[in-house]
Amino acid sequence: MDSNRFEHLDLAAVRAKLSSERGPRFWRSLDELAGTKAFEDFLHREFPRFASEWDSGDSGRRKFLQVAGASIALAGLTACTRQPAEKIVPYVKAPEDIVPGKPLFFATSVSMNGVGAGVLAESHMGRPTKIEGNPEHPGSLGAADVFAQASVLQLYDPDRSQTVLKYGEIATWSAFQTDVAELRKSLQGRRGAGLRILTETVTSPTLASEIEGILALYPEAKWAQYDPTGPHGARLGSQAAFGEIVGYHFNVAAAKVILAVDSDFLTSGPGSVRYAREFADGRRVRGGNYQMNRLYAVESTPSNTGGKADHRWAMKPSDIGPFLAALARELGIDTGSLSPGQAPSWLKPLADDLKANAGASLIVVGDEQPAAVHALAHAINVTLGNAGRTVIYRQPLEARPADQVGALKQLVADMESGSVEVLLIVGGNPVYNAPADLNFSAALDKVRMRLHWGLYNDETAERCQWHIPGTHALEAWGDVRAYDGTVTLVQPLIEPLYKGKSEFEFLSAFGEQAEKRSYDAVRAYWQKQRPGADFEAWWRKVVHDGLVADTAPAARAVALRAGWQSGLTFSGAGNGLEIIFRPDPTVFDGRFANNGWLQELPKPLTKTTWDNVVLLSVRTAERLGLRAQDEVQLHLGGKVVAGAPVWILPGHADDCATVHLGYGRARAGQVGTGIGFNVYPLRTSDALGGISGLEIRKTGGKVTVACTAEHWSMEGRHLVRQGTIEDFRAHPEHPAFVHAVAHDPPPEFSFYPEHKYDGYAWGMAIDLNACNGCNACIVACQAENNIPVVGKDQVDRGREMQWLRVDRYFEGDLDNPRVHHQPLPCQQCENAPCEVVCPVAATVHSDEGLNDMVYNRCVGTRYCSNNCPYKVRRFNFYLYADFVTEVTKMQRNPDVSIRSRGVMEKCTYCVQRINQARIDSKREDRDVRDGEIVTACQQTCPTQAIAFGDINNPESRVAKLKKEQLNYGILTDLNTRPRTTYLASLRNPNPAIPDTAAKV
Amino acid sequence: MELTQPHSHNPASEIARQKRAEVVGGGHSFGSMTDKIAAIVLTSKTPIGWFAGFGLAFTLMALGLGSIGALLFLGTGVWGVNVPVGWGFAIINFVWWIGIGHAGTLISAILLLLRQQWRMSISRFAEAMTLFAVACALLFPILHTGRPWLAAYWLLPYPNTMALMPQFRSPLLWDVFAVSTYGTVSLLFWYVGLIPDFGNLRDKAKGFARYIYGFLSLGWRGSAIHWHRYETASLLLAGLATPLVLSVHTVVSFDFSVSVIPGWHATIFPPYFVAGAIYSGFAMVLTIAIPLRKFYGLEDFITMRHLQNMAKVMLATGLIVAYGYAMEAFYGWYSANQYERYMIWNRMTGPYWWAYAALIFCNGLMPQTLWFKKLRSNVSFLFFMSIIVNIGMWLERFVIVVTSLHRDFLPSSWGMYVPTVFDWALFVGTIGLFSTLLFLFIRFLPMIAIFEMRTILPATKEPSPEGTAVQS
Repeated sequence: MDSNRFEHLDLAAVRAKLSSERGPRFWRSLDELAGTKAFEDFLHREFPRFASEWDSGDSGRRKFLQVAGASIALAGLTACTRQPAEKIVPYVKAPEDIVPGKPLFFATSVSMNGVGAGVLAESHMGRPTKIEGNPEHPGSLGAADVFAQASVLQLYDPDRSQTVLKYGEIATWSAFQTDVAELRKSLQGRRGAGLRILTETVTSPTLASEIEGILALYPEAKWAQYDPTGPHGARLGSQAAFGEIVGYHFNVAAAKVILAVDSDFLTSGPGSVRYAREFADGRRVRGGNYQMNRLYAVESTPSNTGGKADHRWAMKPSDIGPFLAALARELGIDTGSLSPGQAPSWLKPLADDLKANAGASLIVVGDEQPAAVHALAHAINVTLGNAGRTVIYRQPLEARPADQVGALKQLVADMESGSVEVLLIVGGNPVYNAPADLNFSAALDKVRMRLHWGLYNDETAERCQWHIPGTHALEAWGDVRAYDGTVTLVQPLIEPLYKGKSEFEFLSAFGEQAEKRSYDAVRAYWQKQRPGADFEAWWRKVVHDGLVADTAPAARAVALRAGWQSGLTFSGAGNGLEIIFRPDPTVFDGRFANNGWLQELPKPLTKTTWDNVVLLSVRTAERLGLRAQDEVQLHLGGKVVAGAPVWILPGHADDCATVHLGYGRARAGQVGTGIGFNVYPLRTSDALGGISGLEIRKTGGKVTVACTAEHWSMEGRHLVRQGTIEDFRAHPEHPAFVHAVAHDPPPEFSFYPEHKYDGYAWGMAIDLNACNGCNACIVACQAENNIPVVGKDQVDRGREMQWLRVDRYFEGDLDNPRVHHQPLPCQQCENAPCEVVCPVAATVHSDEGLNDMVYNRCVGTRYCSNNCPYKVRRFNFYLYADFVTEVTKMQRNPDVSIRSRGVMEKCTYCVQRINQARIDSKREDRDVRDGEIVTACQQTCPTQAIAFGDINNPESRVAKLKKEQLNYGILTDLNTRPRTTYLASLRNPNPAIPDTAAKV
Repeated sequence: MELTQPHSHNPASEIARQKRAEVVGGGHSFGSMTDKIAAIVLTSKTPIGWFAGFGLAFTLMALGLGSIGALLFLGTGVWGVNVPVGWGFAIINFVWWIGIGHAGTLISAILLLLRQQWRMSISRFAEAMTLFAVACALLFPILHTGRPWLAAYWLLPYPNTMALMPQFRSPLLWDVFAVSTYGTVSLLFWYVGLIPDFGNLRDKAKGFARYIYGFLSLGWRGSAIHWHRYETASLLLAGLATPLVLSVHTVVSFDFSVSVIPGWHATIFPPYFVAGAIYSGFAMVLTIAIPLRKFYGLEDFITMRHLQNMAKVMLATGLIVAYGYAMEAFYGWYSANQYERYMIWNRMTGPYWWAYAALIFCNGLMPQTLWFKKLRSNVSFLFFMSIIVNIGMWLERFVIVVTSLHRDFLPSSWGMYVPTVFDWALFVGTIGLFSTLLFLFIRFLPMIAIFEMRTILPATKEPSPEGTAVQS
């Protein structure tokens, strides 16, 4: 709109014109009245600019062809579509064109610590909206963890760096190139002396070859990789055991007895999605098969893996090494100088069990454990003959396997000495997360030229002269290795939203060739690897599948180095408490601090959100006189971290405290800045996993922590039902632990007539034996159903919006309880208490048994929520949905409405997916096939714990599961008759070991 | 029609006179009584105290309006409600006000039918109080919804193009009918009762007020036919209102008892709620009557007999309420239902134990003092008791709403409810609204039914003790 428009109007003339008119005269604007040129133009042209060029008089054949050509090109573009120009191949099938309303799926990958997860990205009209697992990918098998799924929100983060910055001022890419050209000249003169490249772990073959190319160009340059939460101890441990850094992954499917030593291999770290699946498959007891694997866990910080364990023992970090040494001795291994700790009573039965299953046993050690513990585990695994069976040794994933901490130390030393002229920081945020003793930040000042490439204008970017906004994994091409080494392709779904540059483009500025686009780099690399004439066909298949088949390195034989024990020590117990550093279960090392979904995702065991806490055992907290949410200061080695809240976690080891990394960010963005406390200042390079000497000082203050489930106990209610495999084997037809309460009331108990379901009757069964509480389903639901993030204050008030929650209960001993996880979507009751109480009939029963929520009709009395015994309903107390930020709107699933203020909402069983399948089936004149509808939670579940389908069809998977003897519903004595039922969980304890979580 | 003060000779009529004197004291004549009551309204000098009280009430009401503004502008989130406690102050206050609104109709209708003459002096302002309480109560069901602008009419069964009717199975819908019917009948009853007094005021008022009272009196001339119709209408409305007194709170209690939530799902709720409502209603009448008779010198019309009778009603209904508490606890134990048991245990010992303890103190223990005549006839003590009962009945609703919801079936969802400043502001605001209306009422309308009071004057009774003729 022309702001000066009214100045051009002669209002007197308008008046005169009006007075001369006869009869009613309607006018739309003063422009029209005045008959201005602008208005004439407006009337004339539907699209004011260029649209009616056609009538400009000089239109000839050429012009016609130009315009026709342009319009054909334009027709191919749909609104909002920002499809990259390079050839990308849709995963399922390639339709002629995009069908509006039909999503396409593309295979790609998102990575963490250099290891890629195979995913499918769902694209609506060119907008990636959701990340799901890639069923053909070995690391995914169709499932995805919380981080991979939440990365789609990161793509649309409005706080992502949007422009090239020079000294913090907006600059241009070409200015950067000019500057770099200068730099390049001076560097080349010195053979690259003074050039350092710092990256995160690089497993990408293409990126590695690009970096190698640059290093070849500047022979004196050096490359260091660092990830704050990488497997540093594991690398050194394998080096100690085998004499070189050896990579390995696990074949959990082959393991009958597993010992997890401070390892959460089921829900965190590379391969966890696959491991969780294999572990769950090894425990599915169906149809007269009573075989189950057995998991022992020894850990300091309670984890999801510990929660699934048949036997779990809490042990402080300094006891873990000696315990493993004792176990090794029990198994006849010479541990040399690694002196064993006192053998607990259960050590021998454990060792016997491992020995009895030699070759089918598995010792898994957490990445944070020191080298000595890893070396011991290798020794045990090799001695038991597990190598090559349950532990697959192979080449490391990294292109340049190295002791990353050592390399970083060297880099910082060089920086300190002033020998680093130019530092390229490609990803990562070392100013925030480098080990505190290295003092990276101070050393950075001594580097003359600092260049940063990254997604965010973060703590590190602020300290660099140049900052180049990076591309998200969904914006650029690339490749990366999966947990087993399979090369996984990264393909973009969208042009960079914020003019970001890929790392290839960034690095190519230092190379000799012209700017290299990511597509060219990746394609050229693979063309070199596969020079045949059939490359094009092969490439298309690779892009389609999202992975390069047979690129996983072959398994290799390993032999323990003689005298492997020498030089290894355990971190001894010192004075004070022991501190344990762990990546956060939701914001990881801090990279997801600005991701609302992950911030609001309840941490699996504490159910806290938006904060990190100091986790203490019940006994230690009592000893220190601390209560939950007490504000404390952490004193360690002369450093102090203040403002930390205490949280008490039953099952935590005594005399130690766990703190999670990733909080206290200074420049994360509007979501993550200033939340929680930063513990990196306490973390030193020699003790990345933890150290003793911690002192906790109470300040007397309180820090509010928003927790979604403060109550620990089931209060004797039979919500999660669990028994042992022996109980089940003894009473397969009527296991007592499943039928703990009186039988359900008969249908005629209801006052109202029965519903009739002639067609489909949707139902769900959730196998608690498989569920490990990993939270993937919650994020899937959040992405699929456009669930808003409400913030810490609202969560604290009990107003979190997640439709699906995972309930966590502790059972038994306060010091070492059993942990149960129970995903709780809407139960879709047959006799739904919510339906009858809604005065405006906004929640009604569908003829397929769904409890439908009609948002438009809802006036928000909240009576339905009050009357829901499962409390699965969520209310929009405020206008939670973001109707303002344009870019985040692109993430929304167009098939699900955005709810406004004052409206109740809840799980719909992904009714949009049901309807899609129904439409498809009707068009093909058939019934919906079993398995055709996959709810979002079911789709992403790593353990396939969730089954969904038509319970009217006795052949459906869900109907069969509901016939299992382990099947039960919760609160069925209320005659709600829930459509969601559960399969009781089973344990397989070692009869020779007394129950470790004795009931209280 | 001035009559002289009669004097009696025979002992029987002497006793009768004394008994009546407890209901009307001070040897009033028709004229003196009319003047006394009407003067409060017709005087040109409004007492300073009235302005002070009205100013305070109006300020509180403005505070409530501010809270409503924030609520409508920002959303339900300004309150402390959450999941699991989806209802908080709004419903507590709704039930509390509705309960208070019970006394007026009970006094006017049921006691009228039962020919309890002592009710006459308190019936008018008790009815007014009922109306004002219902007005306060009606705010909440609408405001407590997430989208009040829709709830205001979507709960009504009106024909619409979507062919959508409300859900007739929902107790909230029953509420709409029950409360709106009660409100309407109460208003009519009150207004009809006012007509003869409007006529009276019209005759006495000067200036502009004449026209207003004249308009409101609907052409009342006091003819025999008018009186006849008035009596018939009063009786009919009393007959209509009587079942409503019982039904309104029964239906309100269905909001809770129809649900599945332990602590709500109880068959005892209807009688226990009705008794509680009458209990709190009489307490509120006392809370208002005691200062009124003091400040306006109405001790002759609102006598100790009134106060004592109301105290007795409070004692009786208080016992029923206490029985309800005992039964709830008994059911919790006897049902052997773990959720019920936990609920009652949690009420007594959980995080809101103080509310339950205070409730038992206010509604279980304190009313027992009313067994003693000495305390019943102590005006200050009765005022104190009425405040205690009002607090107790508010706590009862707090306990029912909050402690039942905050820990129901799945421990994973348990939570706490903490009211916010907006919750309090709206609650205080409704007290302000109630008081504002009450101040306006006592200033502009006769707070005691003049014509009714005349019927019980000795002057009316003496010449024809068995007659019920009413004079104007």
